[in-house]
Amino acid sequence: MYLYDEIDRAIVSDRVAQFKDQLARFLKGDLSEDEFRPLRLQNGLYLQRHAPMLRVAIPYGMLRANQLRKLAEIARRFDRGYAHFTTRQNIQFNWPKLEDCGDILAELAKVEMHAIQTSGNCIRNTTTDHFAGVAADEVADPRPTCELIRQWSTFHPEFAYLPRKFKIAVNGALNDRAAVLAHDIGVLLTRNEQGEPCYSIYAGGGLGRTPVIGHLIRERLPRAELLNYLSAILRVYNRFGRRDNLYKARIKILVRDLTPDVFARHVEDEWSHLAGGPGSVPDAEFARLASFFEDPPYAECANEESLLARQAATSKPFSNWLKRNVTAHRVRGYAAVTLSLKKTGSPPGDASADQLDAIAALSEAFSFGEARVSHEQNLILADVRQDALFALFEALRPLGLATPNIGLVTDIVCCPGGDFCALANAKSIPVAEAIQRRIDERIDAIDFMHDIGDIDVNISGCINACGHHHIGHIGILGVDKNGEEWYQVTIGGSQGNAASIGKIIGPSFARAQMPDVIERLLQVYVRERHGDERFIDTVHRVGIEPFKNHVYKEPEHA
Amino acid sequence: MPEIVLARYGEPARIEKREAVVIADLESIGAIPTTTEIVVPLALWLDGATQGALKGRKVVVLLKSSDDPLRLAGQLAAVAAVAIEFPVFSDGRGYSIAALLRERLRYGGQIRAVGDVLRDQAFYMQRCGFDAFVPRPDRSIDEFIKGFGDFRETYQASAVLEPLFRRREEALLALAGRA
Repeated sequence: MYLYDEIDRAIVSDRVAQFKDQLARFLKGDLSEDEFRPLRLQNGLYLQRHAPMLRVAIPYGMLRANQLRKLAEIARRFDRGYAHFTTRQNIQFNWPKLEDCGDILAELAKVEMHAIQTSGNCIRNTTTDHFAGVAADEVADPRPTCELIRQWSTFHPEFAYLPRKFKIAVNGALNDRAAVLAHDIGVLLTRNEQGEPCYSIYAGGGLGRTPVIGHLIRERLPRAELLNYLSAILRVYNRFGRRDNLYKARIKILVRDLTPDVFARHVEDEWSHLAGGPGSVPDAEFARLASFFEDPPYAECANEESLLARQAATSKPFSNWLKRNVTAHRVRGYAAVTLSLKKTGSPPGDASADQLDAIAALSEAFSFGEARVSHEQNLILADVRQDALFALFEALRPLGLATPNIGLVTDIVCCPGGDFCALANAKSIPVAEAIQRRIDERIDAIDFMHDIGDIDVNISGCINACGHHHIGHIGILGVDKNGEEWYQVTIGGSQGNAASIGKIIGPSFARAQMPDVIERLLQVYVRERHGDERFIDTVHRVGIEPFKNHVYKEPEHA
Repeated sequence: MPEIVLARYGEPARIEKREAVVIADLESIGAIPTTTEIVVPLALWLDGATQGALKGRKVVVLLKSSDDPLRLAGQLAAVAAVAIEFPVFSDGRGYSIAALLRERLRYGGQIRAVGDVLRDQAFYMQRCGFDAFVPRPDRSIDEFIKGFGDFRETYQASAVLEPLFRRREEALLALAGRA
């Protein structure tokens, strides 16, 4: 994992001092609300429904044990004993006091963490595949690229006051696990005909009010040119992106209005002046960054299929967990384990301070002291020996972190919604819980869920789409109708290589109807599916009509 | 007399007094004292007769944030400065305009930030190539100057400095020396 040197430390500590001073000037009245707003947002500080909210960056999802412990300490000391992992590899504290925020940042800086550019109209935290470095289908480790982008984007002087927020995701595997097509820029690591690392660049993707799948604008970009090319895109966007209408200010609107081809030509022209200049990244810098992500000292150990099969045979819970929460690793004898933050009754993505401390200890005992957070709001111990899986499972169970539901219907991606967020039109957490409870009520809950199999359910409490509802197989969007909370349902959205935007099935529903709606959608899937076909494949094959007809069918429809 | 902050990246800032008049056409220029700067909007500067009429005068070409700085290619030899206006501090187009003047047009003269120019953006402006600043008149100019010192180091390539990955060793030494 990347380690700060004195320069990184100086930059973060200067930021803490800068922000403390800005906060003091605001509280004294020297900075107006309008002047302070972008400054605090670029430091992850929102003023929310009940209290400020502080969003802390977890660059490309990587966490060390000491950082987990610091987050736990902050949750206890400055908050109400828990924190929320977001859909963009960040963590949020919901109840800090405004005047404590400077001290919180100072505490974070001690463990090389910060809240830099986690909000505001600037380049946000770069996200990636939560299985980076360990995935069997990896072409190249995306993390050195992510760190390169992190440094380039941190306090970039030209791109701090963009028309709107700007999100970059990087993926380095055959399967996209970073939703790169739903980002302002998606960076894909590939190799050219000579086997040299290079990038494919997608631009103009994004969710929110106008969901768009990103357009491929450049293939085989030499890796040395990545930052120059990103600078060219950002410069075109900064100059020509709309600033007259908040809802049309994202880069996707510029790309659409110009057409992707014309946009790409502008970028290529801008890049032609930057290529080969000081922003070109020497091989030595890639090598330096890669050195931080070398393999941990893996043991020489064997794959343990037969041991795991025996253990699974004696324990149904372990067997279920093995099926859903354990992922193949590229190193023999190891596996990646996903800790579910989607236990029914606990808001999706929330972790208590005690859980964070316990995960820190487990990461040290089982996974070289590191953990990751996924954009699906779960945590990962990426380097667990297969012969230790059962012990880890037993340790996770009492912590409520072993729910065997990864990728299943109760593994719901969900924003904080109207319970916390000032932007929300409707609550989202209670909808997630009601769906989870409906599934849990079944006698065959676990078997039923496993039978339904892979399905992404995503809930956003407003059109800003933090819950990525457009790319959920089932997407739920909270809407406001005359002051009442209603929920619009889409199906057929998906993330990954063949990302697609879901289609609205019809008029929106009251909150109490939502478990029925989900149940009926699943009924149609069970009726229509062919063999091992996943929910999303059935939707793509039969279209939304059968689902729509069943969901809105009277008299069962409430 | 209005004050202007002169501050190149890495150099101490100093304050000067200076008189400037914005013109909309060439009619009134005879009445303007020669010591006063004449601020000329881009379109007027590119208009046929202007450059001849203002020969020998202290000319500051004024760019709005929607203006294209590349239209100034070959038109900057006779100017004392280029001023870039920030209609509101959160309009970030001025940063790219300054960077293009420095990087693309290789303009080495003064680039001046005018309009909603505030302390918390000073450091970014300077790194994009601004070296003169007219802070918003209701704010303390000494406070504004403090903004240049917000950070000891920076990562990325900019109009004034190579990226950190091309100078990391010396930067580490410099940082240690400063401590």
